[in-house]
Amino acid sequence: MEENLIKTCLHDRHVKLGALMSPFGGFDMPIQYKGITEEHNAVRHEVGVFDVSHMGEVRVKGPDAYKFVSHIFVNDVTGAPNGQIFYGMMCYENGGTVDDLLVYKVNDEEYFLVINASNIDKDVAWIKQNAEGFNVEITDQSPYYGEVAIQGPKAEETVENVLEIPVKDIAFYNFKTFPIDGEEVIVSRTGYTGEDGFEVYGSHEFTQKVWDKLMEAGVQPCGLGCRDTLRFEVGLPLYGDELSADITPIEASLSMFVKLDKPEFIGKEALAKQKAEGVKRRIIGIELEGNAIPRHGYPVEVDGKQIGEITTGYRSISTGKSVAMAMVDKPYDKLGTNVEVRIRKKTFPGVVVKKRFYDKSYKK
Amino acid sequence: MSKILENLRYSDSHEWVKLEGDIATVGITDYAQHALGSIVYVDMPEVGDEVSQGEDFGAVESVKAASDLISPVSGEVVEINEALEDEPELVNQDAFENWIMKVKISDPAEVEGLLDAAAYAKVCEE
Repeated sequence: MEENLIKTCLHDRHVKLGALMSPFGGFDMPIQYKGITEEHNAVRHEVGVFDVSHMGEVRVKGPDAYKFVSHIFVNDVTGAPNGQIFYGMMCYENGGTVDDLLVYKVNDEEYFLVINASNIDKDVAWIKQNAEGFNVEITDQSPYYGEVAIQGPKAEETVENVLEIPVKDIAFYNFKTFPIDGEEVIVSRTGYTGEDGFEVYGSHEFTQKVWDKLMEAGVQPCGLGCRDTLRFEVGLPLYGDELSADITPIEASLSMFVKLDKPEFIGKEALAKQKAEGVKRRIIGIELEGNAIPRHGYPVEVDGKQIGEITTGYRSISTGKSVAMAMVDKPYDKLGTNVEVRIRKKTFPGVVVKKRFYDKSYKK
Repeated sequence: MSKILENLRYSDSHEWVKLEGDIATVGITDYAQHALGSIVYVDMPEVGDEVSQGEDFGAVESVKAASDLISPVSGEVVEINEALEDEPELVNQDAFENWIMKVKISDPAEVEGLLDAAAYAKVCEE
């Protein structure tokens, strides 16, 4: 198994830094360098950098690009200016989620899709399969691109001063391309932490240079451990936990990204029906009393009967509370519902809350 | 390099035992606390609980994961280290000083069957 793991272009740097490495989505990725808590706090209060080269990139190009992206994506890119980015999902006909992704609009005939590492092969096959009849060219550029995410309140000054890329004027969920060292580098004001930040896409050589400059400047390297605690605290979903082929965006409480007023997209019928009839279950937040920590898969109970399960849970690093996201049956999804979470042999009382445990500080 | 104390007994699941009369004090080893990283919660049994050798009696949780605690002895829990309820990180600071439970053991032969320091050091090297 282990020898089949893919190494990102920064892999040897992680090993030299003494990172704890672990398999994630088919890649050998750094989980932590100094410690999850220290890295988490660096991003919340200062700045940190993540190697996210494992993410997949797919370019959709051609006269039908707008029509095709509209067909496979639940969000609505209509009328967007060039340089805007959309978050949303691709869904199956039955409404289950293929993946959640970012769509970068280069222009009406070109879009850049950023997908989850663990789903690259599946997504690319699905995208190509659904492109029949559309005049588009679909290219999996994942092997070409390296990517780093610079996140935290000092992200802007770090990118400006250390990388010398002028990003001040890039608005939230927008991107620009910069010609640097003979290549087109993509920089977007996006991230997965709830903080201001940038994601930088370029060749492996460029990505290595960027990483080295940030290390020389003393920016904290951050692993996937705190990437998960950070995204969790602000209620962002992770495919595999809060979204999957069996979980629709409506059930994941992400219906704001599903534009049912669009004329057509794959899964629309099923999602519209679910929205109209109401879901049978839904992702919510749970705050637990006491210090026990709910983890993925632990049962959620009411009166001794299981009514759901934890999808992600932590002792929140920023607030110190034991909190979780969970998929629960209706009507137990109502705010204020008293539930119990089974943790090993005991159950612990908790209450249904909003699934945002910490406020985002985006720079909009 | 992890610390291993000479006068204790060990399980291959990284718990240590100190026997005084028929009372066994149980904790996790320095190797275990190091492997876990920052400990944020220790799930301890209650006084009066029966524990059995080889079965879990609680868990130690880091930010990322929960690890079961496996009892190296059988008997009745007579005391737990209440300081860990508020300060689980004490285990990181000194895993041998900051024990987890004390057990009135039912079978002293079980302790004899545990690893000595030298044998446990080999387990850690593997």
